[in-house]
Amino acid sequence: MKILSKSFRKLATATALSAALFGTATSAYAEDTIKVGVLHSLSGTMAISETTLKDTMLMLIDEQNKKGGLLGKKLEAVVVDPASNWPLFAEKARELLTKDKVASIFGCWTSVSRKSVLPVIEELNGILFYPVQYEGEESSKNVFYTGAAPNQQAIPAVDYLMNDLKIQRWVLAGTDYVYPRTTNKILEAYLKAKGVKEKDIMINYTPFGHSDWQSIVSDIKKFGAAGKKTAVVSTINGDANVPFYKELGNQGVSAENIPVVAFSVGEEELSGMDTKPLVGHLAAWNYFMSVDTTKNAAFIQQWKDYIKNPKRVTNDPMEAHFIGFNMWVKAVEKAGTTDADAVQKALIGVEFPNLSGGVAKMLPNHHISKPVLIGEIQEDGQFVTVWQTNKVVDGDAWSDFLPDSKPIIADWTAPISCGNYNTKTKKCSGQNY
Amino acid sequence: MTLNLPKKDLKTPFRQRSTASLAATPDFVTTTSQWLGQRWRGVFKSFLVLAVLLLLILALPVSAQTADAFALALEQIRQGSMVEREQAIESLVADSRSLKLLQALQDGKLFDLKAESKLVIGSESSLGYQLTDAISGENLPEVERSAVGKINLTNKLRSTLRKVIGQLQLNVDDADARLIAVKAMIKDIDDKSLELLRTRLIQEQDAKVRAAIEQVLLIKDLDSQDKTARIAAITALKEHNSQDAANRLQTLTEKDADGEFLEADSDIRNLAEAALVTINGRLKTYAAIETVFFGLSLGAVLVLSAIGLAITFGVMGIINMAHGELMMLGAYTTYVMQQLMPNYLGTALIVSIPMAFLVAALVGIAIERGVIRFLYGRPLETLLATFGVSLFLQQAVRSIFSPLNRSVSTPEWMSGSWQINDFLSLTWNRFYILVFCLLVFTALLQILKRTKLGLEVRAVAQNRGMARAMGIPTARVDAMTFGLGSGIAGVAGVALSQITNVGPNLGQAYIVDSFMVVVFGGVGNLFGTLVAGFTLGIANKVLEPYAGAVLAKILVLVFIILFIQKKPRGLFPQKGRAAES
Repeated sequence: MKILSKSFRKLATATALSAALFGTATSAYAEDTIKVGVLHSLSGTMAISETTLKDTMLMLIDEQNKKGGLLGKKLEAVVVDPASNWPLFAEKARELLTKDKVASIFGCWTSVSRKSVLPVIEELNGILFYPVQYEGEESSKNVFYTGAAPNQQAIPAVDYLMNDLKIQRWVLAGTDYVYPRTTNKILEAYLKAKGVKEKDIMINYTPFGHSDWQSIVSDIKKFGAAGKKTAVVSTINGDANVPFYKELGNQGVSAENIPVVAFSVGEEELSGMDTKPLVGHLAAWNYFMSVDTTKNAAFIQQWKDYIKNPKRVTNDPMEAHFIGFNMWVKAVEKAGTTDADAVQKALIGVEFPNLSGGVAKMLPNHHISKPVLIGEIQEDGQFVTVWQTNKVVDGDAWSDFLPDSKPIIADWTAPISCGNYNTKTKKCSGQNY
Repeated sequence: MTLNLPKKDLKTPFRQRSTASLAATPDFVTTTSQWLGQRWRGVFKSFLVLAVLLLLILALPVSAQTADAFALALEQIRQGSMVEREQAIESLVADSRSLKLLQALQDGKLFDLKAESKLVIGSESSLGYQLTDAISGENLPEVERSAVGKINLTNKLRSTLRKVIGQLQLNVDDADARLIAVKAMIKDIDDKSLELLRTRLIQEQDAKVRAAIEQVLLIKDLDSQDKTARIAAITALKEHNSQDAANRLQTLTEKDADGEFLEADSDIRNLAEAALVTINGRLKTYAAIETVFFGLSLGAVLVLSAIGLAITFGVMGIINMAHGELMMLGAYTTYVMQQLMPNYLGTALIVSIPMAFLVAALVGIAIERGVIRFLYGRPLETLLATFGVSLFLQQAVRSIFSPLNRSVSTPEWMSGSWQINDFLSLTWNRFYILVFCLLVFTALLQILKRTKLGLEVRAVAQNRGMARAMGIPTARVDAMTFGLGSGIAGVAGVALSQITNVGPNLGQAYIVDSFMVVVFGGVGNLFGTLVAGFTLGIANKVLEPYAGAVLAKILVLVFIILFIQKKPRGLFPQKGRAAES
């Protein structure tokens, strides 16, 4: 018994040690390299989405090195695993900036992880590229938002439903955390401004990973049976979507009766779902794998070759990293240094073509311009684009539809140089974001 | 009819060719020349359409003209833009040849056979697709997936399609198909559909179809000028369980923006209001039945996930934190079985039940022999060790199957719902899981009551020392009991794979709930687990509409905390000497 418990303890120590090693495993330190931090969860609940982004970054860095690196030096990826643990994101970010001295960080997925990294990255004056669509109401000197702001995803989607599908009743369903709450607040204000009555809006929040959707779907069905055309605007996150769509299908709610437009369901998520009940439902993104451009085809091929799996898909946040990384490369070349202040300055105004059409430009508010696409889900897990903006839309950090943030703008160029500038009082709020 | 060149502009980026080439050719480094080639092919295709059009103009005899219209429509469905496709579908309503083709299109089984540029109906086979000709119905050779491109639909097209199929199907022999056709036409009824329905009603024999048509006509009667017809319609509609009827009556009682009633006639208004009260009364009863069903089905899931734990925790007293991961293994077994028999999803699901039991039971026995047996009587260490095991299992699954969720398909007979009437329908998957839960429970009870293993398990649980003295091999019984509990967890995983995600985190979502149910029901009592599971399920579903999903869950937890304060041994505490230890 004793011997066994001893060996058990040894085993435990060994596991702990290897875990620690795994966490900080990086390629060998070379003298003359530029380090790039990759801060994506490789374990825990968010590993589903974030692992792909880590691989995307490694692919992009690899590609850049093949082209001869940057400023005559090789790029070196420093991969850390914040394990879907929000405070650990802050710790790992600090480690990347102080110990590894990375030139920039590409990372985070959930808004709460970004919020926890913010104070660290501002204190140490780093650069973070954030690739996921988010709720807006933020603009930091040190963060570059390559995902969509609400006006680049949620608002156009609602416009499409209202104008093209003639929707009159709205269900705003979301997971209970900051992104859906803020987005729904903006959408509610927007809908009311468009003359939709209070009783024609139903708002519903569910916990993370909610799996029993029977009553909610039944409520949606009843809400939609009242004679007016109804749609669901879904900010339901990740895992909970599968049982939600399944329940919709089983209760006979089809995309023709009550279409669901989702902001968090992309190709990657669809690849793990039984797509039958989802066919015909909508999603709004800035990129679809099915977009037929030469650039996109090349990108998809590059990804499949790198990951050595012809079945892997590409998605919107991957495109955001692709654009963000190339913008950073351009800015570093323009500044001639990786010094954070110089690169931050050089980044504003940098242009790079989107894979889905048009040219992305880094705006003074640290957001980029991108086209908005609305697609219908097909049985093979891909989207058929049914609507598209005819030119790129500029990302707006502070929503114009919330009374508090209406007068506020973000502009990191002189003379304002502020992420939270009130145009009425002509004051920059003390906070940096 | 307009003739659009295949534009590559933003409005129509979804031409068949583009998606098909994307999905079908795995190796497409689209070099510029190839891309240009595609363009030229597009232009060529449009010339083809032009040629067909010219033919149409030149063909003078009427019969030939309709034949060409048919061919043109098919051509447009095959490669037209979404707008052209819609026009084509609408034009096909006059042609009875098109029914099979349109149904295939609706089911997503219509393909473009690229080599021969013609429409085919395909069903999945081991090689790719088994094809039949879309018009003649003759069998064609089997082809690989990449040889055909699926004809895509949008929601707008789907609803047009539904209407057209409804109109075409109204006169088929099968009564069920006619009923579906009538229901499909209700959604947006136009004069043409109405005329079709009226003529159908005269010759209709089937009672259900008659009732459905009559209901549509009654709702339409509400708009008539004749007051007696309207009153008769309201009185008749009062007895119908129909959401459409209720909505239409509701509009009769509403006011417009200025506070004026939309309906001028007060008699009609009052009658409509009275009818609505009756209908809403029935609606409430059905809503209550529905809530109870929702509660029972949530309860069934809770019972299924907790019942294995009721054995390992309840009978053996082991706090097994890896219980959720054993369910996950069951769910992954289902995934693997479906991968092994991709063409027999239903059979795969049924075969997975014993397989999942075996897999989870073997892993359970391995955990018991490898870890837990050294820790009997030390609950804290057991808790930590099994938590470690749970992390180990999760990471193992991540490494083997990737961190992404796996997709487990639902067989046909488990999808959809059992439509009792317009107000009440029960979903099949939940219904089957409820039945399955009761079956598993009965089976488990029989094992414990009637078999030798059951007798030994109960003996060891009551008094280990005495059981050993009586010659029962306690170590073996421990392993078997733990294996049984784990196996049941695996079986629960099969059921869960049908309603939630199959991924590495599956187990974590259920572990807390399972413990909650076992503790609430009374540790060591299987019936307690059953009652507790259903009680919590129903309580949760009754609260949910009022409190919201988040708060309902909190309220249930608070209730359990208070309940445990009062009755620490749960709903059905064990009595007698066994309870004292």
